[in-house]
Amino acid sequence: MHELPQNLANGLMLGLMYGLIAIGYTMVYGIVQLINFAHGEIFMIGGFGALTAYAALPHGTSLWLALPVMILGGVLASVLTAAAAERFAYRPLRTAPRLAPLITAIGLSIALQQVVWAFYPGAKKALSFPQFEGDPIGLGSFHLQRNDLFLLVAAPLCMLVLAAFVRLTRTGRAMQATAQDPDTAKLMGIDTDRIIVVAFALGAAFAAVAAVAHGLRYGQVDFTMGFLAGLKAFTAAVLGGIGNIYGAMLGGLVLGVAESLATAYIQDVPGMHQLGGGAWANVWAFVLLIVVLLVRPQGLLGERVADRV
Amino acid sequence: MRKSSLLVVAVAVTGALTLSACGSRGGNSGSGSGSDKASGGTKVVIGVDAPISGSLSALGLGIRNSVELATKQANEKNYVPGVTFSIEAKDDQANPTTGKQNATALVDTKGVVGVVGPLNSSVSQTMQKVFDDAKLAQVSPANTSPELSLGPKWGENQFARQYKSYFRTATTDVVQGKFAAQYLYNDAKKTKVYVIDDKKTYGAGLAAIFQAEFKRLGGTVVGADHINPGDKDFSAVATKVASSGADSVYYGGEYPDAGPLSDQIKKGGAKVPLFGGDGIYDPEFIKLANGNGEGDLATSVGVPVEELDTAKEFVANYAKAGYKDPYAAYGGYSYDAAWSVIEAVKAAVEHNGGKVPDDLRTKVLDELGKVKFTGVTGPVSFDEYGDTTNKQLTVYSVQGGAWKKVKSGTYTG
Repeated sequence: MHELPQNLANGLMLGLMYGLIAIGYTMVYGIVQLINFAHGEIFMIGGFGALTAYAALPHGTSLWLALPVMILGGVLASVLTAAAAERFAYRPLRTAPRLAPLITAIGLSIALQQVVWAFYPGAKKALSFPQFEGDPIGLGSFHLQRNDLFLLVAAPLCMLVLAAFVRLTRTGRAMQATAQDPDTAKLMGIDTDRIIVVAFALGAAFAAVAAVAHGLRYGQVDFTMGFLAGLKAFTAAVLGGIGNIYGAMLGGLVLGVAESLATAYIQDVPGMHQLGGGAWANVWAFVLLIVVLLVRPQGLLGERVADRV
Repeated sequence: MRKSSLLVVAVAVTGALTLSACGSRGGNSGSGSGSDKASGGTKVVIGVDAPISGSLSALGLGIRNSVELATKQANEKNYVPGVTFSIEAKDDQANPTTGKQNATALVDTKGVVGVVGPLNSSVSQTMQKVFDDAKLAQVSPANTSPELSLGPKWGENQFARQYKSYFRTATTDVVQGKFAAQYLYNDAKKTKVYVIDDKKTYGAGLAAIFQAEFKRLGGTVVGADHINPGDKDFSAVATKVASSGADSVYYGGEYPDAGPLSDQIKKGGAKVPLFGGDGIYDPEFIKLANGNGEGDLATSVGVPVEELDTAKEFVANYAKAGYKDPYAAYGGYSYDAAWSVIEAVKAAVEHNGGKVPDDLRTKVLDELGKVKFTGVTGPVSFDEYGDTTNKQLTVYSVQGGAWKKVKSGTYTG
């Protein structure tokens, strides 16, 4: 068990990333009750946006200087995609039965993947993402990647910004109101269409930050990376209680750590040798989801916006 | 207006197709200074199936051209008196379904006595039975999956020949896995290996063969794990490798996962080389490993053709023939595959008193297992499963951001 700190750190990194993406699922669901299955692809497009911004900079720019530009590029790409998706794919269906936008979301997800595959130069295979050079920061057998420091700083910062935004700004309060009762909110003079776009945009911005972290951590982006990451983040959102932004982050962390520990230790449990190891990580992640849904269907923190009957 | 422009396009396309067909036929008869000598002789066709278009077309065109070159040479030398060789090339686009259709078409083509191809093991799987039912010989220059010749239980050391019509000039993963184990233990002096695979037929099989041989030699397998192809996060596996004290990692799988895996293992604190099969022997692997692939190793079937004395004539002739595309990785093996069919035809004619037998197709199949000659890639003959007896392999290593040859050798057992 001496590598426990390392496995916890691995899980923490995964979890922070899942959590950042999960916020997008949770906010959109909280306001329009739509599971935006194209959110994984919005995350993926954030990665390509950051890469494009990096390529546009003069060759040899230090990554420290480039990073803010890359984040900006990623956020821009993600937010524009999400806003366009909301405007052209979801808004026309807002009064349609719930199944229609869900199917649209799945279709959009595949379409976005194929668009990147077909039109982004070189995207038919994985593309390298710039990396911070240097050895990992080590303490005995424990290693922390320099590239992971970004995620360690960015994820808590994003959460703070989001919490402050929702509590302290007019738009944030309007969001809470819209989530509770869109019709009454409209009567009170809130432009609900604008609020919905803001929810999509905020989720997309966090997904783009997660995509930059993903690129730094794994050294590559590719057009398929949104699928599994999106599915895991959706799981994290449900785990934490979909509609609850703190739940999304908590769900992400629980999922990441559980996945990491299951991969590391389940095969050491007597009789479980065949059911452990790297190939089983996804299995245990979804087993956890099922267990939580059986025991506590509203998720770990519950759904704060569910008090509308 | 619209209709007439459509008509123009259709006519143009038909015209182009006809012209290109004429072109290739012209090419064949251009080689016919030899066939004139054998005028009135029997026309014998060697079929070719390879990905001539699509992402693997560089390899496929090398195969087709090399087979064509072999037939030209045979005609020039009047190698089999009374017989003129030509080729019939089909494009499988690396698609198993298309491959099967091509196999059926080749079986139905009059004069085809043997087929060289295909490139991919998965394509071969759909073609084998079609050829076997028609008793038409197939010689693949590139398939490495052991199952094609040894049967589905080859992993448990139970060998059973699948189809009597199937032969290949490329060596199998059984040989590749053992060769890798021997190199790692005997030459690289590594004794503690961590084995990872991607659970797919190729990767899991290769890893199992490697593991058994490495243990037999006296090495220790300090741990084993599997990953899902397509996953991005291998940090848990990397942590296990680091804490296992392994001095090397063997990975059964392909480069899209192997590159990131190698990267994450090094980032996880284990500065040990990752070793894999021909599935990772690709420049893309080095890119995906983000500079952490330095010192990683891979085996690949055969020897770089340029280095063989037996290949000099082939390389020169290929250049002289003026093909636009290089002979690529499998050119030498394709040339030898075509020549094994030519040799079989020659033997069939000789055993029939110098006349071309009526059932040439079946006779060629009978003779093919017995052919023995020195080809471009070394001695060519087939064992009782239809596999090549020439078990040459090469170990490559990533040095300075490119694959460099480390050691070529012949697997002896």
